Amino acid sequence: MRTDDSSLRSVWLVIGGLLAFMLLLAGCGGGGDETSGEELSKIGKGEGQLNLIAWPGYVEEEWIKPFEQKTGCKVNKKEAGTSDEMVQLMRSGEYDGVSASGNATARLVEGGDVDPVNVDLVPNYETVFSDLKDQPYNTFDGKPYGIPHGRGANLLMWNSNDVKPGPRSWNVTMDPKVASKFKGKISQYDDPMSIAEAAVYLKMHEPGLGIEDPYELNDEQFEAAVSLMKEQRPLVGEYWSEAEKQISSYASGDIQIGTTWQYQYFVLKEEGKPVAASPASQGFLPEEGATGWSDTWMISSQAEHPNCMYMWMNWIIEPKINAEVAELFGEAPAQELACNETKNPNFCAEYHAEEPDFWKRVYYWKTPLADCGNGSEDCKDYNDWVQAWTSIKG
Amino acid sequence: MRLSRSSKVLLRAAVTVGLAFIYVPLIILAVYAFNASRILEWPPSGLTLDWFPKAFESTAPDAFWTSIRAALAATTIALLLGTLASLAVARHRFFGRETISFLVILPIALPGIVTGVALNNTFTQVLGMKLSLFTVIVAHATFCIVVVYNNVIARLRRISSSFEEASADLGASPWQTFRYVTLPNMRSALGAGALLAFGLSFDEIIVTTFTIGAGEETLPIWIFKNLFRAQQRPIVNAVAVIVVLISIIPVYLAHRLTSEEGGVVAGRGGGGRVEGGGVETEATAVP
Amino acid sequence: MATEAVVERRSAGRRLAGLFHGRPRLQAGTLLAGPVGWLVIGYLGSLAVLLIAAFWSVNPVSGELEKSLSFENFEILWNEPVYRTIVGRTVLIAALVTLTDAILAFPIAFYMAKVASRKTKAALVIAVLVPLWSGYLVKVLSWRNMLSGGGLIDWVLEPFGLSGPGYGNTAVWLVMSYLWLPYMILPIFAGLERIPDSLISASEDLGAKPFTTFRRVILPLTFPAVVAGSIFTFALTLGDYITPRLVSNNQFIGNVVFNNISNNLPLASALALVPIVVMVGYLLVARKLGAFEHI
Repeated sequence: MRTDDSSLRSVWLVIGGLLAFMLLLAGCGGGGDETSGEELSKIGKGEGQLNLIAWPGYVEEEWIKPFEQKTGCKVNKKEAGTSDEMVQLMRSGEYDGVSASGNATARLVEGGDVDPVNVDLVPNYETVFSDLKDQPYNTFDGKPYGIPHGRGANLLMWNSNDVKPGPRSWNVTMDPKVASKFKGKISQYDDPMSIAEAAVYLKMHEPGLGIEDPYELNDEQFEAAVSLMKEQRPLVGEYWSEAEKQISSYASGDIQIGTTWQYQYFVLKEEGKPVAASPASQGFLPEEGATGWSDTWMISSQAEHPNCMYMWMNWIIEPKINAEVAELFGEAPAQELACNETKNPNFCAEYHAEEPDFWKRVYYWKTPLADCGNGSEDCKDYNDWVQAWTSIKG
Repeated sequence: MRLSRSSKVLLRAAVTVGLAFIYVPLIILAVYAFNASRILEWPPSGLTLDWFPKAFESTAPDAFWTSIRAALAATTIALLLGTLASLAVARHRFFGRETISFLVILPIALPGIVTGVALNNTFTQVLGMKLSLFTVIVAHATFCIVVVYNNVIARLRRISSSFEEASADLGASPWQTFRYVTLPNMRSALGAGALLAFGLSFDEIIVTTFTIGAGEETLPIWIFKNLFRAQQRPIVNAVAVIVVLISIIPVYLAHRLTSEEGGVVAGRGGGGRVEGGGVETEATAVP
Repeated sequence: MATEAVVERRSAGRRLAGLFHGRPRLQAGTLLAGPVGWLVIGYLGSLAVLLIAAFWSVNPVSGELEKSLSFENFEILWNEPVYRTIVGRTVLIAALVTLTDAILAFPIAFYMAKVASRKTKAALVIAVLVPLWSGYLVKVLSWRNMLSGGGLIDWVLEPFGLSGPGYGNTAVWLVMSYLWLPYMILPIFAGLERIPDSLISASEDLGAKPFTTFRRVILPLTFPAVVAGSIFTFALTLGDYITPRLVSNNQFIGNVVFNNISNNLPLASALALVPIVVMVGYLLVARKLGAFEHI
C-alpha cells in the first residue's frame, strides 16, 4: 500500500539529495582555465579538420568542397541563428572559429574565447575595404581580432501598396503618433540590439539627451530609448528573428512596415511582392541613418586546428568566394576585389558595397559596455539591455 | 457498451472533429511540399514535384540515418536501464522504492530546455567532454527510460510472481528464471516501450540542440536549420512528408506484433481483460 | 578445453547465483545500480550543477561566473513585474491546453476503446501515433501558415464574415493543444482498455443509464489516466520556447530562459527553477491521484 508518508518521504529524499549535491558543488567551484594564447606567427600544415560556427548561408557546400580539396581541412559547420547562440557555442571550446557579428565580438574577446589575428598571415586582408578595418567591434587594444566578412544595414522596408507616400524617417515605427497608423502591421527585429534603433531615432529628434553613440547609453538616454520601445510594443504586429519568418509575413500582408535586412528586401522583390525601401535620392536610408551589422571571422583561443582556421579566413575573403557568399547571403562583401566577380554586375551597387558615405550613416552593432570610454562605468551594459528587452516585450 | 443512436452519432461527430484537427495541418504540410513558389501563401500558386528529388539530393538522408542511429542506441540503453529498474521495483522491497517511479519520470516532465542546458553544462564544464552524437544518445536515453520502465512494470505487476518462484524452487538460477520465465512474458511490453522510446528520441529537438557536437546533425536539427531559409524550405516539407510515410511502416508492424502477442499474454496472466480484446494496452500507454 | 571452459563458466554462474540466492537486498541493489546511478548522478547531478548557478552572478561582458552566494537573481525575478506576467501567462496557457486536450481526447479514446470494431480500432491507434513522427517543427510551421492573414483559417472563415485569431496567445493555445493531443489520447485509451466490459455491462444491467454509467463507473476509473496524460500536455507546454516564437509575440518561461543562457546563466537558472518547482508539485499531486501507473 502506498501511504502519504512514504510518498512524502521519497520526495524529501530527492530534494535532500539534490541539496546535498548542490552544497558539495558550491563548496568547490572549480576555476576556469582560460588559455588566451598569442597570435600565430606562421601557418603550418593543416590539421585535417576545421570546426566552424556560422550564420546560415555563410559556410555552404560550394565553398567547402574546393577548400577541403585545396587544404585537406575537413569542414564541420554548426549554424547559429543569433549572436547569443554563437557566444554560447564558442564558450564550449569545441570550435576553431566563428562568424561573429559586432554584438558578440566584445563578449568573446573579454571572455578570452578568441585570440587576436595575425593579419600578415591572411594575404587577402590587404584588399578588404578600409572602412571595415580597425573598427571598435573588431579591434581591441589596437589588435585586430578578426577578418571582416561582409556587412549590411538594417533597412526600413514597407509595402508600397499600403504605405503611401514612402516614409523618409523612422518616425513611422518609432513616433507613436505616426506609427499608430500602422498598428498591428509593424515588424521589429527581436533582439536587444533593437533598443539602439530607438536611440538612433532619439539622437536626431531629442538632441537634449545628448546621445552620441546608440550603443553607449547612460541611465537617462537608456530610459528614453526603452520607454520609446515600450510605447511601440502595442503597435508591433510581429517581432521577427528569422529572415524567413519576416518574408512570409510581408508576403501575406500581415506586416506592412518595419526594420529588415537587405536579404529579405531582395527576396521579396524577386518574388514580385510590392515592397519598397528608402530610394537613392535619400541615400537609401531614412534621414536618421540606421543600425547595421558587420561580421567578422574570429579564431578561438582554444582552437585545435589554428592552421586550418587561418587558411579558412583567407579563403572566405578570396574575391570570387567572397562575392559568391555575399550574393547568396545578401550582404555587401568585405573584399574590394569581390565586386569584379559578382554574377549580378550591379550587385555591389545594389548593396552599396563601395560607397563609404552610405556606411558612414550606419551604426554597426556592438556589445554595450558599462565603460563607454569616459572611464566612469556609467553606461548600461549588455545584461541591462537584455533585461530591458524582456520587459519591453512583456 | 450499449449506446443510444443519438449518443453514437454525437460520439462519431466528436471523433471526426478530433481527427480533422489532427490531420488538417498535416495535409496542409503535404500540400506545401508540392507548392511551386518558395514563399508560403494560401492557396498555393502552382504545383510541382521538384522538391522530392531535391530532398534526396540534399543532406537530409544523412541526417535521417544519424537520427536512426541515435534513436536505436538511446532505445537500447533505455531498454536495459528501464528493465533493470522495473524488475527491482516490481520484485523487491527496499528503502526508497517509491522514489524510483518519481525519478524516472523527472527527465521527461521537466522542460527540455532545463534538461538540455543541465546536461550540456555537465558534459562540457564538469566532465570536459566533447559534445558528439554520443552525448546526444546519453541525453536521449535519460528521458526514454520512463517509457520502458512504465510499460515493463505494468506487465510485471500483471504477471504473477508465483511463476518465477516456481522456477526458482525447481532450481533455476535467477538468470535462468529471467531468461525462460520473465523475459518471454515481457516481450511485447518491451516492444511497446522500445517503439515509444524510439519515437521520442527520433523527433526530439530541444535537448538535442544543447547536446549535439560540431559536425553532427539529426533530422530535427536539419529541419530547424533549413526551415528558415527561403531556398530550402519547400524541401523541408517534402522531407516531412517522406518521414510521415516511412513512419507508418514501423508503427503498423509494431502495433500488429504487440496486439497479437499482448492479447495472449494478458489473457494468460489473468489481468481481467476480455479475451481477444485486440489491442495491447501497454503498447499505447504513452510515453 | 572447450568443455572445461563451459564447466568453469557454469560453475562460476552457479557460484554467482549462490551469492544472490536468499539475498534480496543484494539482488535489488544490483538491478538498481545502473538505472539509479545514471539518473541520480548523471541527471540529478547535472540539475544540481545548473541550479547552483542560480545563486551566483555573472560578469556582464566576459560572461565569467562570479561564484559567490547571492540572491540577486531571485530579487530581479521577484521585483520585475514582467517575470510574474510571463510565469502567469505560461502556467495559464499550459492549464488551458491540458483542459482542451482532455476534452478533445476523451471521446476519441472512448470510441477507440469501447465502440470501434477491431479493425477500426487498429486503424485509429495508428492514425493517432503517426503524427508523433511527422516532425514537431514542420507542424508548427504549417500552423503558422494556416493562422497568417489570408491563410487557410481566414480563407475558410471569410465567407461567414469572420476572421482567424491571427498570431498571439490564442494561436499558442491552439498550436500547443494540437501538438500534444496524441499524448493525451493514448493514456486515456489505455486506461479505458483496462476497464473490463463486464463492469460496464454490470452497471447497465443494474439499470444505470449510459450517462450514469459514464459518470459513476467509467470516469472515476479513467481519471488517473487523464491525469497521466495531463503530465505531458502540461509539462511540454510549460517548457516550449519555439512555438511561442513562431506564432506569437509573447514571451513564455522557456523563451526567457533561452535568451539568458548565453549571457546570464545565473538568471536563466533562477528562472528555470520556476518550472521545476511547478512540475515537481504537479507530479506529487498526480502521483497521489494514481496517475503514474498510466504513463
